Amino acid sequence: MTAKYAYYPGCSLHSTGSEYDISFRAVCEKLGMDIQEIEGWICCGTSPAHSSSRLLSLALPFENLCQAEKMGFKDIIAPCAACFARLRTAMYEANEDAEIASQISEALEKPLPKSMNVLSPIEIFCNREGLAEAVTKQLPELKVVCYYGCLLTRPSKVMQFDECEYPMAMDNLLRSLGIETLDWSYKTECCGGALAMTRTDVVLKLTHDILEEAKAVGANAIAVGCPLCHVNLDTRQTEVEQEYGVQYGLPVFYFTQLMGLAMGLAGDKLGLQKHFVSTDGLLSGV
Amino acid sequence: MMETNLKVMSQSQLAKAVLNESGQNVNLCYQCRKCAAGCPISYAMDYKPAQIIHAIRLGLDDLVYKSKTMWLCASCETCTTRCPQEVDIAKVMDAVKITAVKQGIKPTIPQVASFYRAALSNIKMFGRMYEMGMIVGLKMRTFELFKDVGLGMKLFTKGKLKVIPSFTGALRTWKIFNRVKSIENRESKI
Repeated sequence: MTAKYAYYPGCSLHSTGSEYDISFRAVCEKLGMDIQEIEGWICCGTSPAHSSSRLLSLALPFENLCQAEKMGFKDIIAPCAACFARLRTAMYEANEDAEIASQISEALEKPLPKSMNVLSPIEIFCNREGLAEAVTKQLPELKVVCYYGCLLTRPSKVMQFDECEYPMAMDNLLRSLGIETLDWSYKTECCGGALAMTRTDVVLKLTHDILEEAKAVGANAIAVGCPLCHVNLDTRQTEVEQEYGVQYGLPVFYFTQLMGLAMGLAGDKLGLQKHFVSTDGLLSGV
Repeated sequence: MMETNLKVMSQSQLAKAVLNESGQNVNLCYQCRKCAAGCPISYAMDYKPAQIIHAIRLGLDDLVYKSKTMWLCASCETCTTRCPQEVDIAKVMDAVKITAVKQGIKPTIPQVASFYRAALSNIKMFGRMYEMGMIVGLKMRTFELFKDVGLGMKLFTKGKLKVIPSFTGALRTWKIFNRVKSIENRESKI
C-alpha cells in the first residue's frame, strides 16, 4: 500500500456522475495525492435501503469499510455526498447502538472495523497545503454559488461537517484558488434527490427555486459536490426551463472541475463535455 | 353498567412500532412545527411532518397510513437537524414506511415504493447499481414506459449510462441481503 487514502467512488461516479470521478482523479494527480480505489466495493444502498431496512442500510456501507480496512486503509474518501452520508451514518449508528453493531457484523460474517475515517474530498483539499501554488489559471469571469445540498452537512450530529445551515468549506476552497463565490440562501436547500425518478414535478419545483435564486444573486455558474444534485440541476435544467417558461443556461460544475480548471487542466480532461448545459460560452469568455 | 373496550395505553401501537424500528420516541415532540416549516416538500404533502408525528402519538394509524407524507419525504434531513427535541423525524418517516410495508398496507404513492424495490433488487443482483437495469425494472413496475426516455437517450450518448453491468461483489451483496433478511425474520419473532 502506497496510497494514503482509500477511494470509494460509489455507483453514480461510475455512471451518471462520471465527470466527478474523472475530475476528482485529475485533481488528485495534479496535487500529488495518492488514492486507491477500494477493491470489490459495492453499492452503499442509498435511500432505497434506509427506507426499507435499517439493518441493510448499515450493512452495505460497512461491507465497504471492511474492504478498505482489509487493504490496510484508515482514511476513506467518498466524493458522492450520498455515499459519504451513508458511510458516516453507518459508523455513527454502530457506535451508538451495540445491538445493531452486532447484527451488522453477523450479516457481514466478520468483525466491524472500529476506527475508520470517512472523509469528503472538500475536507481534505481544504486542509491541504500548496493549493494556491497549484493555480496556474485565473478565472475572473466566474461568479459561482456553492450548492452543498442536503447530505454533506445533515444530519449535523452525524455528519460533523462544517456549519449545517450555512456551510463555507466549498466556498473557502474555491476562493483559495482565486475563484469568486457568492453568498446566497439556497446552499443547503433540497433538490428533491431521487424523487426525480418518480415525482418529477416536485424535483422540477425545488430545482426551479434553486436556479432562480442562483440567477437572482448574479451567479453564472453553480458548484456542487453531489451527483444527484448535479443530475437534477444540470440534466433536468432544460425541463425546468420548459416547465416554467424561463431561460437559465446556468452551467453546473463539480467543485473538482473548477479546481482542475484553475490548475490549468483542459475541459475535456475534466469531463466538461459530459454536461447537458454547455460550459463553453462561459469558459470562452474567461 | 356500560361496557367498554377502550384500553388506555401510554403509547399508541404505531408509536411503539416506530420506536422499535428506529429507536425514535415521537412522544418527545411538543409541536413546535420547525420540521413542517423547514420541510422543502411540505407544500406537496397532505399532512405536514409535525401533524404525522402528532397522529402517530394519538394512535391515528389509519390517517398516517393513508397519508402521502412519508412517501414524499426526500430524506433531506432538515427536520432531523432542526428538531429541538432531537427526534430524528426523517427516520420516523422511514420507520412508518417500513411498518406499513410489513403490515401489507398499500403504499399511497406506489411509484415511490416501486422505485425502492426496483433499486434494491438491482443492487442485490449486481452488487452495484446498474442504472439501465434499474430504470427498466422501475418501468415494468410502474408502467410509465415513456417517462424520461429522451433524457435517458441523452445520458447514454454522453456516456453516462452503462450498457453492460458490473458484477463486482455481486455474490457477496446477494449474501448480505439474504443474511439481513434472516436476521430480521428472527428478530421479528422475538
